[in-house]
Amino acid sequence: MTALKLSKVCKSFGPVEVLKNIDLTVEENEFVVFVGPSGCGKSTLLRVIAGLEDATSGTVEIDGEQVNTVPPAKRGLAMVFQSYALYPHLTVRGNMALGLKQAGHPKDEISRRISEASRMLSLDDYLERRPAELSGGQRQRVAIGRAIVRNPKLFLFDEPLSNLDAALRLNTRVEIANLHRQIDASMIYVTHDQTEAMTLADKIVVLRDGRVEQIGSPMDLYNNPANRFVAEFIGSPAMNFVPADMIGGPKGTYFGIRPEYATHSETGALSGTVVHVENLGADTNIMVDIGTGKPFTIRAFGQHRVEPGAQTGIAFDQANVLAFGEDGQRL
Amino acid sequence: MNKARRNPFNIAAMHGALILYTLIALFPVFVIVINSFKSRKAIFREPLALPDAETFSMIGYQTVMKQGDFFLYFQNSMIVTVVSLFFILLFGAMAAFALSEYRFRGNTLMGLYLALGIMIPIRIGTVAILEMMVATGLVNTLMALILVYTAQGLPLAVFILSEFMRQVSDDLKNAGRIDGLSEYTIFFRLVLPLVRPAMATVAVFNMIPIWNDLWFPLILAPAEETKTLTLGSQVFIGQFVTDWNAVLSALSMAILPVMVLYVIFSRQLIRGITSGAVK
Ligand SMILES: Nc1ncnc2c1ncn2[C@@H]1O[C@H](COP(=O)(O)OP(=O)(O)OP(=O)(O)O)[C@@H](O)[C@H]1O
Ligand SMILES: [Mg+2]
Repeated sequence: MTALKLSKVCKSFGPVEVLKNIDLTVEENEFVVFVGPSGCGKSTLLRVIAGLEDATSGTVEIDGEQVNTVPPAKRGLAMVFQSYALYPHLTVRGNMALGLKQAGHPKDEISRRISEASRMLSLDDYLERRPAELSGGQRQRVAIGRAIVRNPKLFLFDEPLSNLDAALRLNTRVEIANLHRQIDASMIYVTHDQTEAMTLADKIVVLRDGRVEQIGSPMDLYNNPANRFVAEFIGSPAMNFVPADMIGGPKGTYFGIRPEYATHSETGALSGTVVHVENLGADTNIMVDIGTGKPFTIRAFGQHRVEPGAQTGIAFDQANVLAFGEDGQRL
Repeated sequence: MNKARRNPFNIAAMHGALILYTLIALFPVFVIVINSFKSRKAIFREPLALPDAETFSMIGYQTVMKQGDFFLYFQNSMIVTVVSLFFILLFGAMAAFALSEYRFRGNTLMGLYLALGIMIPIRIGTVAILEMMVATGLVNTLMALILVYTAQGLPLAVFILSEFMRQVSDDLKNAGRIDGLSEYTIFFRLVLPLVRPAMATVAVFNMIPIWNDLWFPLILAPAEETKTLTLGSQVFIGQFVTDWNAVLSALSMAILPVMVLYVIFSRQLIRGITSGAVK
């Protein structure tokens, strides 16, 4: 059964087309991540799914029913916002209870669901506090709790972790993954962060300028990107692109080589001058100027002593090279 | 900036300037209040002297109490001011919410139209307003004044409040929508509390001109039972003789309720004025 199905969804604000013909299905219990550069329409797409914006054309189906004209509260979904969006005048308990009260659930049912959610998110000690008296991480957990108590079939997360610091991000990421395992619901998750996308997703949707560029599992996108944009977007440091004729390929096309598949050596198909070295401890990123304008990045595992200015060759296995045409599509 | 603030010389200069300004601002009020407790001769002989055993007199207050129905005037002023403020805030906030929250055809035009009133003084329309009030039989009712003052206050209220409401986070309103709150609940429960400082600002800016207005009460509601305080006090000012004791006493008493209202709003007001600067 599909939890969500979008067909030919378009959205314009006046003359500006923000979403163009989006087709997408989300299966039950699937974790789908939207990624894409800033301004590509991820939040807008989420708001169309939630019913906060009307699609200009196209249909939105949730659980097999068309919901284009159903108000947000009746779509059986919950949303977690980047800015938390907690009700400032209500306590944590009040924040979680409001939606249920509004839907007319009995009191004992409400308090049962709240205590369940607060146990799951370890919010028990904060139930009587107001949002202003909580830290950023606690607020984010309250926002997630407010979503959980609604018992939705579909969760929508709009960059929920982008306001947290790195350590807290990691923890909350793990919490969200656990949550997904515990709860019977589909999740749609918007993020800028590579790691979040790769680690959480069953399926990644790459968006650009309001269009879907590619949909696939994380490893699918990593190993088999459909075009240059996806190849460059997935993976960090980003894939290197070399004009194919530099290494004996047809003129006009490009070869894409992931930094982790390249090694620096005495000899190699390419060579150049080291311009910068990043020592990360576990890896070393070596940037080499090979005369294409953009340095070629090599990700070498472990620690390497390389000085900027040194000459080096770049070796790689032909099997790991992806070929792209002039138009950016995979060949 | 912090250093400059801590420097004792700067602090002294700053406080000196503020105290001086306070003295200048309070001086007329002070003179009115002390003279309201003096006999007529003493007022003219030494207007700046404090009342002492010899010059102390309550004659002004006694005249005010005897003459005319002072408490009725007082009540009229209070009703007109409070009800007008209520309508200005309610309708102003609602219009501001619609303008800032919903996209509809002519939104900008409507905003400009509503703001136009800021630049056109309502008194220009006095004759037309009077004709309308006569036609609708509202002359000599408090309703006439309330309607006029509401109309007078709305443009600025809409202008200021819509600016503030635009700053209320969209996510918060959207969270409310997903939780099933109606647009009215979102407006009253989520948005209004967050723009409270702006509401207080609008209230204070509207309150004092309404309380002090002489023009419209004189034209629209001069009857004995609808006189406002400002209009009522005019009986003591004659073409040939002015009963200064009574005028000063009436003025002193008229200050009180405005001060009470001001104190209620002022805590919010200070936050309203500084909310942009200190965040
Ligand atoms: N209410 C609106 N009116 C007009 N244009 C809008 C409106 N909301 C969004 N847009 C435009 O739609 C485009 C997509 O916006 P959206 O917020 O969906 O981007 P996003 O992918 O979420 O970006 P980010 O990653 O920075 O959050 C942007 O170019 C934005 O300017
Ligand atoms: Mg966004």
